Formats: sequence, structure tokens, C-alpha cells
Amino acid sequence: MSQFKQTFNSSIGKKLIMALTGLFLCTFLIVHLAGNLQLFQNDEGYAFNVYANFLTHFPPIEVIAYILYAFIVIHALYALILTINNRKARPVQYAHQPKSPTSWGSKNMGLLGSILLLFIVIHMSDFWYKYKYTDTVGFKEYRTNVLSNERTVTDFVPESKEFEHSYTTENDVEVVRVKDLHKKVSESFSQWWYVLIYVIAQGALSFHLLHGFQSAFRTLGWTHRKYTPIVEQIGIWLFAVIIPLGFAAMPVVYFFMGK
Amino acid sequence: MKLTLKVWRQKDANSAGKMETYPADNISPDMSFLEMLDVVNESLIHKNIEPIHFDHDCREGICGMCSLYINGQPHGPKRAITTCQLHMRSFKDGDTITIEPWRAAAFPVIKDLAVDRSAFDRIQQAGGYISVNTGAAQDANNILIPKVIADEAFNSATCIGCGACVAACKNASAMLFVSAKITQLGLLPQGQPERYRRAQSMVAQMDEEGFGNCTNTGACEAECPKEISLTNISRMNNDFLSAKLFREEEIAHSGE
Repeated sequence: MSQFKQTFNSSIGKKLIMALTGLFLCTFLIVHLAGNLQLFQNDEGYAFNVYANFLTHFPPIEVIAYILYAFIVIHALYALILTINNRKARPVQYAHQPKSPTSWGSKNMGLLGSILLLFIVIHMSDFWYKYKYTDTVGFKEYRTNVLSNERTVTDFVPESKEFEHSYTTENDVEVVRVKDLHKKVSESFSQWWYVLIYVIAQGALSFHLLHGFQSAFRTLGWTHRKYTPIVEQIGIWLFAVIIPLGFAAMPVVYFFMGK
Repeated sequence: MKLTLKVWRQKDANSAGKMETYPADNISPDMSFLEMLDVVNESLIHKNIEPIHFDHDCREGICGMCSLYINGQPHGPKRAITTCQLHMRSFKDGDTITIEPWRAAAFPVIKDLAVDRSAFDRIQQAGGYISVNTGAAQDANNILIPKVIADEAFNSATCIGCGACVAACKNASAMLFVSAKITQLGLLPQGQPERYRRAQSMVAQMDEEGFGNCTNTGACEAECPKEISLTNISRMNNDFLSAKLFREEEIAHSGE
């Protein structure tokens, strides 16, 4: 065991933890974006609410979710430990502003990461916490005729506080009663300052991943003449452009479309 | 040329230092940066001021002795040269030049602009060697090495150990230096017997010396007078992690 301790206490071992947790969080972003694209479906939140219900009631996903939360904490904690170490490594700062050519993002990973951590706290306390642990999110009842695909939507007030969700059928009509997270989302996204927080956070995410994604591969020692350019392009286009733009589009579209 | 110098003055390792301003008059644009300092020191001696202490030796860019953090960049504003190869024509008449020592906890200031870089020597001693048989040298063609591998190893071997990578790094990390030494030997057949032991012991010594942790900003690569590339750090990480996580150090017998 002491050998493992030695490995993960070394500079490269700590960087390995940063890289692995970081890459896991990157893959999570892909899934999170893909799932949340259902917000753009014009179905009064049916697909999104069913999806949210699935995520919170399917045990394997719950397990992965707690691994995810742990990784966020570990990533932030190791970032803090490494930053403190790095500050100690240069006790006297330069009088002249350092002018070595480096990207802005790579020099400000700590700042960008702190913005993201703050955002995650705001984001999770508003949606995840309220959805799982409070009664502030209402219910919707979707009645879909499975033959004609006609759907009626009504608010639903459960008799029991214990009620979580139900799937029943009445003849050819499928009745789905789930928590209406979609309404909570559109309420939040109708406030301009809330939209602003989201857009700023996605800007931070873009710069964080612009450096972070390819940096993780370097830390793992995975550089190769053939593959490194591909990794860099994925880091730029997928993680620093498409994903932040996709996430930022959600509050912006909801705000301006007034959904 | 007439210049103004802002120079870090520090009596010894235990004293507090501060920036002092000195004029540098009658400087020829053809002088090297160190010759300019020689001229300034000459004038300081005439004024009964202790001359500025700085490291230098070969003055042709191969010994790795000269240092100096000039206007926010190790070895000054030009790419791929050492301070002794920097000429005053790179500056404009009337410029103010800020000169500081390398800043790192592992490189304590000895005096003024000279720092103690023996941490690098200790890292090198920890594993930067290969085992060879004594006696007559064997035939050079006995060990075949592909040209591309030999070239790459020689690229890493050009590191002169000046410490500019540490000075440039925002984390004062020595990983470019250490990785160049590990890669240089690790790529060649002669370096294979100690390859994985070397990566571990040199990294352990690097951590012991109190250098920071690499965040892949690339400042080291940009400032290295010998243009050692960031790829070396990846190779070191690969060897280190492979040694720590996947290789068996000792032959283990089950049941013991």
C-alpha cells in the first residue's frame, strides 16, 4: 500500500488524479448535453421530465452520479493542493510581469475552475437539490393516446406527499405523472441575471477545457505524432466550442423565446 | 546606447534583497548582454559600489551557467538563445531593463543575480546515468539505433541545465529539465536497464527539492534556449506512470 501512497503523493501522481477526474468530467459533459438537448423539444417538457425522472430513479445512474460528485470534489481538492504547492515553489514573485508566451486559459485554470465550482453549486442547489429533496417542484400529468399520438397536459397534485412518479395506461391512453422540472427550468431561465450566470460559466468552461482536455492527455503521457493533433482538435471544437455553446444556448433560447 | 537598469541586489542568501536602479551609459549595440553588465560593473567599481554578481562561464551558449530573468523572460526576449548570446541591439536606446535572478524555492539566491542550481545536480545524480562496462569500448555498430530515435535522443540531450524552464514556469516546475534527462537516456538502448528505476528516482528527487507541478502551459518550451519540447514531459510521465503502476520492481514469489 505504501507504494501506492508514494505514487499518488508524487507530483506526477497528483497530476494523474487531476487528469483522470478531469477526463471523466469531460465525458459526463457529453452525456449531460445530449440529455438536456431534450429541452429544445416542443412537447411541453414531456421528454425532458421523463428523462429527469429516469436519471433520478435508475440505480446504476444514481451510483455513477455519486461517483461524479466525488470526482468534482477530488478534482477541486487536488487543484487546491497542487496550487498551494506551486505557490510554495516560488516564494518570491518576479518584479517584472512574466512575458513568456502562454495561453490565457492555461495560466488561469484555477480562476476558471473556481468559477465553475461556484456555478456547479448554484446549478445543483437550484435544480438537483430542489428536485430531489424539496416539494417546490410540481407535477405534470401527460395523457398520450398511443394510437393517434395526441397528448394532453395538465398539472397534477398528488394526494400523498410520498408520490414520486407513475406510469399507467387507460385503454389506449398512456398516463405519465412526473415531477415538472421543465417548469422549474423555464422559470429560472426567464430571469436575466440567471441567464447571465450560465453564459459566464459556459465561457469559463470553454477556456478551462481549451487547455484542460489536451493537457490531461499530456499528463497521462499520451502524446503521439499521429494522435495528439486529433486530441487537440477534439479539445478545441468539441469541448471548447460545441459543448459550451450547446449549454449556453439553453438559457438564452428559453429567455428570448419566453417558453 | 543609454539604458536604465533595474537590478536585484542581495548581499547573500540570508539577507533581504531589493531592486536598485543604475544607469548604463556608452553601451554599444554590438555588445552581448553580459558585456554590457561588465561595463556597468566597471563604472560601479569606480563609484565604490559593489559590482553586480551574476553567473557566466563559456559565453557561447553551451555551458548553461548564465541565467538572468530579463524584462519578464528568462534569457531575455529572443527565442532559443542564452543570455550570453543576447546582444544589446535587441533593445532600444533609452530602454529600462529589469534584471532579476531565477525565482524558485529550489534555486535560492546566492548573491544578487546568481542562484544555487545544485538541485539540478542532485536530480541528475539520482538517476541520470547509465551502466557501462569498463575496458575497451565495444564496436560502435554493435548496437543499432534507428536514425529518428538517435535524433530525438540528441534533441533531448541538448539541454544545458540552465534552469530557464523553472524560471519561466508559473509553478517553478523543473519537469522540462528532468524529462529531457530521462528521455535522452530512455530513448537509447544503452539507457534501457535503468529506464524505469531512473524515471522514479529522478522524479522523487525533483519533488524532494521543492519544485512545483507542471500544468502544461508551455512557457518552459517557449523559453528554453535549446528548444527542448514539451513532448519530453509526456515521455517522462509515461515512463514514470508505467513504472509505478504496471511494472514489477522486484521478482515476487507467491507465499512469501
